[in-house]
Amino acid sequence: MSVTNVISEIKKDFIYNLLLKGERIDGRKFDEYREISIQRDVIRKAEGSALVKIGSSQVLVGIKMQPGEPFPDTPNKGVIITNAELVPLASPSFEPGPPNEVGIELARVVDRGVRESKAVDLEALCIVPGKQVWIVFIDVHILDDCGNLIDAASLGAIAALLSTKVPAARFGLGEDYVLPIRDIPIATTAIEFNDVLMFDPGVDEEAIANTRLTIISTANGNICGSQKSGAGMLKPEQVYRIIDIACENAKGIREKFLEA
Amino acid sequence: MDETDISFFKDGLRLDGRRADQLRPVKIEVGVLARADGSCYIEMGGNKVIAAVYGPREVHPRHLQEATRAIVRYRYNMASFSVEDRKRPGPDRRSQELSKVSREALEPVILTSFFPRSVIDVFIEVLQADAGTRTAGINAAAVALADAGIPMKSMISSCAAGKVADTIVLDPMKEEDNFGQADLPIAMTPSGDITLLQMDGDLTRDEFQRAVEMAMKGARNIYELQRAALVKKYSQMVEQPVRGDVHVCD
Repeated sequence: MSVTNVISEIKKDFIYNLLLKGERIDGRKFDEYREISIQRDVIRKAEGSALVKIGSSQVLVGIKMQPGEPFPDTPNKGVIITNAELVPLASPSFEPGPPNEVGIELARVVDRGVRESKAVDLEALCIVPGKQVWIVFIDVHILDDCGNLIDAASLGAIAALLSTKVPAARFGLGEDYVLPIRDIPIATTAIEFNDVLMFDPGVDEEAIANTRLTIISTANGNICGSQKSGAGMLKPEQVYRIIDIACENAKGIREKFLEA
Repeated sequence: MDETDISFFKDGLRLDGRRADQLRPVKIEVGVLARADGSCYIEMGGNKVIAAVYGPREVHPRHLQEATRAIVRYRYNMASFSVEDRKRPGPDRRSQELSKVSREALEPVILTSFFPRSVIDVFIEVLQADAGTRTAGINAAAVALADAGIPMKSMISSCAAGKVADTIVLDPMKEEDNFGQADLPIAMTPSGDITLLQMDGDLTRDEFQRAVEMAMKGARNIYELQRAALVKKYSQMVEQPVRGDVHVCD
């Protein structure tokens, strides 16, 4: 939740009055997404990359890979490290410096989707068991915050992973090959405001909402992660409704953009 | 699923002898710290967590203060010796995320507008961890807030459900959390409004709902224990108003 985004009372009233009429500030339906576009392989130096736009929100995700040591408790598995940078170019409310809790939460929810869906076959990233494995760095760069960064960043992460080539040749480990991806997790986020659920919130809608719920679903329709955020409450029925719509939305996005 | 089927259940019971819908033993003590305005010590299974509340008090640094309400700060901290492999002291990304969602789990019930320009600080120290430290921390924090006399709309109670060997279980312990298929912590008010909801793992839509329902049942049980602990302390105070070790008497 962009706690730091301030919104004027008059705009808040405007959004509220629209909502009473069943409308949203940009004319969308409550469960409708803004236009999504995904451009892959935009950064040649990265092993994989994707520029995702949801409406005017823009997120660039780059994947870098390098050999390194595995964790002692998973000696034959590769390592995923996810970072998010809320660079000050993206919003008047972002500041330079180490990531704040909003950035940390964003990175951890993106990471949760990739990790819990088992999208990346970590065992296939083992080079020498216990000694050397591939480390996958997922770096999320927010370029323009017009709301719903979690969905955009998650979409960017999986889109970038889908186009990632393991740079084996550069490290003398044989020929480059395509990173095997086994699932396509999609994060779908809704906010709750005055008992109305709105999907893909814009930055003003985020500013008026108390509560946000992200549902990450996998290709088989199961749920592999969720995160409630913001200092508000949700009724169980609202949670279940968000899940149902989220899974539908996710299916549409997955089919349209990511499935070959 | 795989080898996990054999090890998680024996004769229909879990590794520690619990049924699938049973909580671990819970112990709650109110007012355990002399300097804090409110405090609580909780044991949930192998978790040992202590919570302190300071405030409402002046905000430092000043620029954080809000003109119309109190701000709430929540610091979840794990002792380096609380886990098997020593945890490096200080905040990491996990603890910062947990602090954020835990704060947001409590804020909806705190009447912050009563205390403009002030701060309510909640400090959580995890002394021993055994899966479920965030829920234990929230439970302790809610009791400590009440102990500090902070006006609240209601209590907050927190509990997790998980999935092991394709079965939904309440309040997963360490083994079930580490090797299980899903973990779903919630926090809620006694009337069933959800203020925290996280999930990782793999659940179908139906399992998700059953896990939420089971965790809510667990949280209701914990609410009774929180309430009993508060009643116990404050009913004792009426009988024995001048006990040296009860700090709120001074």
